[in-house]
Amino acid sequence: MSKQKTLIKGAYVIDPSQDIDGIFDVLIIDGKIDAVREGLTAPKDAEIINATGKHVFPGLVDARVYVGEPGGEHRETIASASKSAAAGGVTSFIMMPETDPVIDDVALVDFVRRASRDDAEVRIYPAVSVTKGFEGRELTEVGLLQEAGAVMLTEGKRSLNNYQTLKRALTYARDFDMVISLETIDPELSSNGVMNAGLNATHLGLSGIPREAEIIPLERDLRIAALTKGNYHAAKISTSDSAEAIAKYKREGNSVTCGVSINHLTLNENDIGRYRTYLRLAPPLRDEDDRQAMIRALADGTIDIIVSSHDPHDVDDKRHPFAEAAEGAIGLETLFAAAMRLYHNEEVTLTRLIDALSTRPAKIFGLPGGTLKPGSDADLIIADLDTPWVVHEEDIVSRSKNTPFEGERFSGKILQTIVDGRTIYSDNT
Amino acid sequence: MVNVKNSPLKSFNQRHLLGIAELSPHEIQYLLDRADEAVSVSRQLEKKKSVLRGRTQINLFFEASTRTQASFELAGKRLGADVMNMSVASSSVKKGETLIDTAMTLNAMQPDLLVVRHQSAGAVELLANKVSCSVINAGDGAHEHPTQALLDALTIQRNKGSLDGLVVAICGDVLHSRVARSNILLLNAMGARVRVVAPSTLLPSGIEKLGAEVFRNMKDGLKDADIVMMLRVQRERMAGALIPSVREYFKYFGLDAEKLSYAKPDALVMHPGPMNRGVEIASEIADGPQSVIETQVEMGVAIRMAIIEILMENTKSNSSNGGGAS
Repeated sequence: MSKQKTLIKGAYVIDPSQDIDGIFDVLIIDGKIDAVREGLTAPKDAEIINATGKHVFPGLVDARVYVGEPGGEHRETIASASKSAAAGGVTSFIMMPETDPVIDDVALVDFVRRASRDDAEVRIYPAVSVTKGFEGRELTEVGLLQEAGAVMLTEGKRSLNNYQTLKRALTYARDFDMVISLETIDPELSSNGVMNAGLNATHLGLSGIPREAEIIPLERDLRIAALTKGNYHAAKISTSDSAEAIAKYKREGNSVTCGVSINHLTLNENDIGRYRTYLRLAPPLRDEDDRQAMIRALADGTIDIIVSSHDPHDVDDKRHPFAEAAEGAIGLETLFAAAMRLYHNEEVTLTRLIDALSTRPAKIFGLPGGTLKPGSDADLIIADLDTPWVVHEEDIVSRSKNTPFEGERFSGKILQTIVDGRTIYSDNT
Repeated sequence: MVNVKNSPLKSFNQRHLLGIAELSPHEIQYLLDRADEAVSVSRQLEKKKSVLRGRTQINLFFEASTRTQASFELAGKRLGADVMNMSVASSSVKKGETLIDTAMTLNAMQPDLLVVRHQSAGAVELLANKVSCSVINAGDGAHEHPTQALLDALTIQRNKGSLDGLVVAICGDVLHSRVARSNILLLNAMGARVRVVAPSTLLPSGIEKLGAEVFRNMKDGLKDADIVMMLRVQRERMAGALIPSVREYFKYFGLDAEKLSYAKPDALVMHPGPMNRGVEIASEIADGPQSVIETQVEMGVAIRMAIIEILMENTKSNSSNGGGAS
């Protein structure tokens, strides 16, 4: 049987993993990248894709995706999340253990691995909880879970508020080179809060979450990470002070990295308007100064990666008064296009964006993607950076429709998503 | 400041009354003028008009409030409408029916007017977007309580002639108060100077940017005030959480004769009710000569009659096409 060959011709290729930035041809043989060079000749029986004027990037790697399976299949299944990811150019993602039951033992990791293999076309890597059942007490079996295929430890939407547990978890996970990725929300300071504290919240009569509810536990976590020399990843920061704290601990040589959600780079608290519940997020959307600070921290590398924080909720969780609606928004399908806003506005370079969306997350969590090096899996995307489009609820592939970008205009579209050399999505509009 | 007296409005072109924020000074003045006329109806022996005969008003209260509900009920009945009270305990909502389900169910009964109170900010607006009748906000969370602000304004106007230039001190739990927010908006729109007086734990952030001067003690806050508006303090907020104790609160922020003496001698004392006597207000002040608390209750019926009648006039012509539901 002859090998399957594809030649993508004349695309503008960016691959931050090997400093590629220019017009090249990309040859794929049998699901692997064979070469990225100028003027490649097509082998016999190769499929040829003319990509003149288009861009080719390594497929996006999204380190924070919530799926409803097991336990909330009405919101999203592994299969529907995979389709949504493919439509957004995401070829690998880390699946959060925030499921029912919580993914905290080997059998459940196994379930996710098997379900992904059978039902998904993108690569899905399970994250597992730091403590059993997210209860903040007993550590999960880090080594056994890692062997089963877990790639990251996290407490989902919670912080680890017991200092001793946090210290032990970071210390123990270090021996296995596992990264602990945490959100930082002080449960008391943010209690009852539903949006960023300030004039907007006062105006809407909603109770506010002060920025300090994020900064204080983050600073605590960073100190303990420094103490233990553990691998700490701040999952989703949202304030300028958080970025400053991260920068300080990085300068001091700690194994500290951090992420930001695409929402906090492209939206601010004013977008909540008249109680739009799809913009009720955790951490809450902050003010424009903080959004600008997030962009600067992304551009200078203080923030390592961008996540979609894809969090599907059906209308029954969202069609409520703001304070009673669930937190979270979907994002897999708009991640790339929303990120391109920062490129079009000349706020962040294209290379840094692709690095933050693909190469860097793969590196931090030890995943195979994020590169077009010869011999690596042919996971890549073909995109047009200028195609205008409008987000319409009816076009959304995800099983849940809670996008914060309904009606928004974007420039930049995924034309083709390729995993293992095989096209799993192509735009037909 | 627009002189609203010089160019009065002839009509009010809104389908709902959801908040003071959506009203212009002219619209506020129009509502006050119409309410002023309605006061006399309630003072007649024959209190019932028939302008709303055959029309249906539903009072939908997700949060119990005997006083406000009774006031809306009387207002509707005095205009001749059929009034139905529905109390939806939050427990039954928790059983699965969402606010929007409730709204759609009621909408199918073809009411002409829904009067809605809900514990969540924005809930009444959400409901208004889903029904084809008019909606009046009877209080949504800590957001707005427009009829309370309007009845307060009517009470002040009838006593002082106008709101323009008056110094109004709003005292107490501003943080949780929709009454304070609606009043700050209305009083600013009508040219009054607004102060808020409270311990810092009971002040929301950015309140000064809403148009209120902030004071942390009653002596400075009440100095030369024309109006002293007290807010109710929930007892559960005084168990050491936001303020240490009732007696400490009363000592520093409870309105007694001494603190009232800092205000102008003819200052009016107001309270939206229900009062906690001995907590935010001393009995002798609540019942004293400067108190207009009972007048507020009377004006409440008048303002609600005026608003209901105006909204029903607006929908008379187009009620058959039922537009607006989505």
